[in-house]
Amino acid sequence: MNTLLRNAWLIPAIPVLSFVLIIFFGKRLPKKGSEIGVAALGISLVLSIATAVAWISRHPVGEGHEKFRHAVDHNLFTWFSMGGTDVRFGIHVDGLTVTMLFVVTLVSFLVHVFSTEYMKGDRRYTHFFAALSLFTSGMLILVTAATTLQMILGWEIMGLCSFMLIGHWWEEQANSDAALKAFFTTRTGDIGLLVGVSVLFFAADRTFNAAKINELALDGHMSHWALLMGATALFVAVIGKSAQFPLHTWLPDAMAGPTPVSALIHAATMVVAGVYLVARMYGVFWSAFSIGAEGHAGVNPIAIIGGITILIAAALAFVQADIKKVLAYSTVSQLGYMIMGLGVGAWTGAVFHIFTHAFFKAGLFLGAGSVSHSGSHHSFDMKKDMGGLKKHMPITYWTFVVCSVALAGLPILAGFWSKDEILLGAGSNGYTAFLVVGLIGAAMTAAYMTRCVYLTFHGEARGNAAEHHPHESPPAITGPLVVLASLAAVSGLLNAPGFELFGKLNLNEVFAHAGIPEHHFSLLYAGGSTLIALLGITAGFLWYFRQLGPHGITERSRLLRAGYVFLDQKYFLDVLYTDYIIGGIKGPIPRAVYWFNQNVLDGVVNGVGVGARAVANFVYDVIDQKIVDGAVNGAGFSAEEGGSVLRVIQNGRVQSYAAVMFGVAAVSALALALIVSR
Amino acid sequence: MNGFDHWALTAAVFLPLVGAVLVGLVPKTDETLQKAIALVTSLVVLADGAYLLARFDYGNSSALQFEVNRHWIDAINSRYHIGIDGISLPLLLLSMFITVLCVIYSWDHFPEPHNPKAFLMLMLVLEVGMNGTFAAQDLILFFVFFELVLLPMYFMIGVWGGANRQYASIKFFLFTLFGSALMILGFLALYFKGGQTFDIPTLINQGGAIAHATQLWIFAGLFMGFAIKVPMFPFHTWLPDAHTEAPTVGSVILAAILLKLGTYGFIRIAIPILPEAAKSWAPWIGGLAVIGIIYGALACLAQKDLKRLIAFSSVAHMGFVMLGIATLTSYGINAAVFGMVAHGLITGMLFFLAGSIQERFHTREISRLGGLLVQAPQLGWILGFCAMASLGLPGLAGFWGEFPAILSSYQPAAGLSEPLFRFYMVVASVGTVFAAGYLLWMYQRTAFGVPKEEFEHSHIHDVHGPEWIAWAPLLALIVVLGVYPHLLFHVTDGAVNTVTAAFKAVGN
Amino acid sequence: MLLNEFLFLAAFLFCVGVYGALARKNAVLVLMSIELILNAVNINLVAFAAYGHLIAGQVFALFVVAIAAAEVGVGLAIVLLIYRNRHSVDLTSVNSMKG
Repeated sequence: MNTLLRNAWLIPAIPVLSFVLIIFFGKRLPKKGSEIGVAALGISLVLSIATAVAWISRHPVGEGHEKFRHAVDHNLFTWFSMGGTDVRFGIHVDGLTVTMLFVVTLVSFLVHVFSTEYMKGDRRYTHFFAALSLFTSGMLILVTAATTLQMILGWEIMGLCSFMLIGHWWEEQANSDAALKAFFTTRTGDIGLLVGVSVLFFAADRTFNAAKINELALDGHMSHWALLMGATALFVAVIGKSAQFPLHTWLPDAMAGPTPVSALIHAATMVVAGVYLVARMYGVFWSAFSIGAEGHAGVNPIAIIGGITILIAAALAFVQADIKKVLAYSTVSQLGYMIMGLGVGAWTGAVFHIFTHAFFKAGLFLGAGSVSHSGSHHSFDMKKDMGGLKKHMPITYWTFVVCSVALAGLPILAGFWSKDEILLGAGSNGYTAFLVVGLIGAAMTAAYMTRCVYLTFHGEARGNAAEHHPHESPPAITGPLVVLASLAAVSGLLNAPGFELFGKLNLNEVFAHAGIPEHHFSLLYAGGSTLIALLGITAGFLWYFRQLGPHGITERSRLLRAGYVFLDQKYFLDVLYTDYIIGGIKGPIPRAVYWFNQNVLDGVVNGVGVGARAVANFVYDVIDQKIVDGAVNGAGFSAEEGGSVLRVIQNGRVQSYAAVMFGVAAVSALALALIVSR
Repeated sequence: MNGFDHWALTAAVFLPLVGAVLVGLVPKTDETLQKAIALVTSLVVLADGAYLLARFDYGNSSALQFEVNRHWIDAINSRYHIGIDGISLPLLLLSMFITVLCVIYSWDHFPEPHNPKAFLMLMLVLEVGMNGTFAAQDLILFFVFFELVLLPMYFMIGVWGGANRQYASIKFFLFTLFGSALMILGFLALYFKGGQTFDIPTLINQGGAIAHATQLWIFAGLFMGFAIKVPMFPFHTWLPDAHTEAPTVGSVILAAILLKLGTYGFIRIAIPILPEAAKSWAPWIGGLAVIGIIYGALACLAQKDLKRLIAFSSVAHMGFVMLGIATLTSYGINAAVFGMVAHGLITGMLFFLAGSIQERFHTREISRLGGLLVQAPQLGWILGFCAMASLGLPGLAGFWGEFPAILSSYQPAAGLSEPLFRFYMVVASVGTVFAAGYLLWMYQRTAFGVPKEEFEHSHIHDVHGPEWIAWAPLLALIVVLGVYPHLLFHVTDGAVNTVTAAFKAVGN
Repeated sequence: MLLNEFLFLAAFLFCVGVYGALARKNAVLVLMSIELILNAVNINLVAFAAYGHLIAGQVFALFVVAIAAAEVGVGLAIVLLIYRNRHSVDLTSVNSMKG
């Protein structure tokens, strides 16, 4: 079985191969390359399942709470070596890796299948599948990476692919703008990644190996200052990639890409790369921010950023008209949950939330795609072009509802278990404030999903939904929906009390080493969070389905009106970034720099240049023409070049002479200094 | 060592000269024969390079190999001493390789005023200078080759260049000549203070024998010579003009090889011979390097002309190379050599593309272009690929020049200020974001969207034969080196370690 | 004593002066720049004089001041004449020294 674990590198390698094949041969194949992508992901999925089985059957070591399976850290080859440091390319397989492999390959496989139908007839069908394959391999490289350097590789490949896929329809400026925005925002965060990896490399005595870095961080062998600097820098990268406040603004814009891309990249995989990074390097974050230490005062930067993100994103989800943007803000908010979970020490809960969230969020996005494909005639506007689709699209409706309820967190569906664990961790580890934040977020989530379901499927048919004939989508679309909805329904049971398979499988060295506390299911928390979610759903139901409550109050109250505008403008963060920061970087600052270049630097250069030509003038006119006249008539410059130089020289300007004097003086000064100094 | 080993390096340096003479003997009208001779010559030189590559002893890359050391000018004790180690080998091969590709690329589009005979001769003479610089182990020999490069490039820009070519070529010539004047002053000072010899290995071995204050001044002279060539901020202003006006092939050679002569000079001569001075100067060099990174990137954002943009991006990229060198650590200098090769491949490729775009649209103004992907998809995708490589995407060659440079500045050589270099590290990282900015904005405006009205109906042909042949090897190398950097690092590492032997970092 | 600071100040003034003298086109500005150069030298003279307790430096500085005044007088007179003749003090157009 170890052979399987050691050869897990095949799982990312197959999509890479598929990318190369599609790029070079895709267009000549009968199905334009999609068959290669689907087949490659199918194989990767089978391999991931086999790897998971191999992992489960691996013998655990230790006792009780300390019982865990040793990770497989396998070196494949020397990537490069310099200055006495050997950097290996290797894979690291443990419970977290196996979980991520399964999630990524499964969702990606389903998205591939979905896309064969959804993208049919697209301008760049082949290119789309190539990018999907490369993207998946990027995520798989990240999760199997043994070193932080490989993580950068996977991380940036995903950045590239999200750029390609968001800008898939680049003929329109809005799409390419969104692609650039996503790339720049994540790249801004990547400053932190480059710096953080460098800091940890030296702090850990010159190694990129993630497991080693974690171990040293927990041992207390690293200086706390370096650890803090490294962890903070890495967290900046996480904020960018996982769309946390204040760098979350790219994710909703990224919905400009095709819907399957939104499902794959912006829900299930790429954005959780940041969360994964924190989970993987948890030893570093745990000791740098003293997450579990006594007297941590119930607060740390990770939890704070996560908590803020939960609330501000959930609030924004209420004012969106575009169904994909509702889901996008919901994703941002759920990512906040995961980050907050990691911040409060609920490691298992956060990882479990990655796992369950992938299924229901991918299901929701694909459901939205199905609606636009067959119900609303390629529109995503819930207010204008949807409504009343329930009777036309029963499969889509029911899968969407199951996934929504799972997201809202009602018992036995997936989201309930994972969210509950995060809240439990926050409550039990002394992060009470964040428990409250999480509960408020849960209520908001339930409410905005109710709104979303209502606007899409209930009420009167509007716009396209009324004019074009809505119908159920074909099997290539509904198939993945059904699979995802079933998983959204049952996957939470994996970590149900008394069973807790997921938690046990994911225990690893860091966990045992750091002594991260584990908490067991508590009816109080479970009941409380269920009640809160029900409250949210009820409020949403009453407001939207029954039209109760003060509708139109935003028109009447100036304060609320201002609040609405503030939300509608996304807290004016986009204005700040686009108009002020990017505007400055794009406009006045470069112009000023360039002016400096052309006028100041070049002014000096040209002055000196003119001086140098004046010397030539002097040499030619005085010495050559008058003193040695005739004797060396043919010598010197070739006729053509000499002539052209001379034409410019004939200026007789004062400053030329001054420049020459200065130049000569400078050279002489250096010569003098060289001679005088010993 | 068999018999040819003694001659292989000399052949690599002087064969192009033979080719140039042969081209000169062909009548002016017989263009095919001229091109054939040039191509065959450059291919033979490349084959010789392959021979060197095959016979090179990688286990001992710090030692000079294929060494030849004979009498030359006894009066000043200057000798014909050539040889290559792990630092020179990749650059020597890059120079041979780029020359071949340039000959192929210019096969059927020689710039105005045509005259392939003169153009090819200049190109081959240029190769003599470049190969010679990378092989020379004697200061005077080095200086001769270093200066030999100037003239052909001056004529290339001045005769085959764009509208403002006279200004650009004279600026290029005088600027670099000014640096060379100070450099030769430094060389002479080395000769008199360093035991009456111009031999580089000998001078390195007695390194540090010169008084500190004198070292500082000599280093200043060498610095001016090399920094102008690199070019470092604030001595870079000749570069955008030269690049903008130069013909495509001239820009490619300028970017790919000529700029490397400066950084190579630092690694080969200035730093190992004057280690004490290098240490005192390193913070300033590092500072200018990071200013160059940010400054070059910002200047790029202000550009309207495609070629000028790429030229300023060179300032930024060479900033990373110089930052690596300024750390005086093995990581940093390895990164610098890798960065030099990667920049040669990527920026060379970008200049090829800019040339091809200009040829098709007859303009390089970014705002007039657009929708390249619609009209010439292959050209557009290659441009996108190169933009990604240039902004340092991992998995492509550019990354291995940037990241290790950033990495190394976290812990510079012992005696250099750590906080200062860590500050440089952060600034350089910010530079990577700006790089993404100017390259992707450029790409968005040229390739995305739909074609502008004025070109809507013009027929733009996609990448054709000679272009593919010239570009495919570059593109392949960018990927191969990016995926498996060991190929290059294991050649340079040994040699770099001897350069940095004088500055072992604390705890290294 | 603070010798270095004075020398830095002088060097800075000198550089500003050289830049102005070489790159500016306006003759009056060029004259002002030359004043800057002279004053940079003055600072050096006085600083070294104070540092080495040598009265000679200060004497020279006084000479420089006096000569600078004379130079400005003559210079401005020339500029004035140029302006009367050409209605411009743009130095790039003044090329009567052409051989």
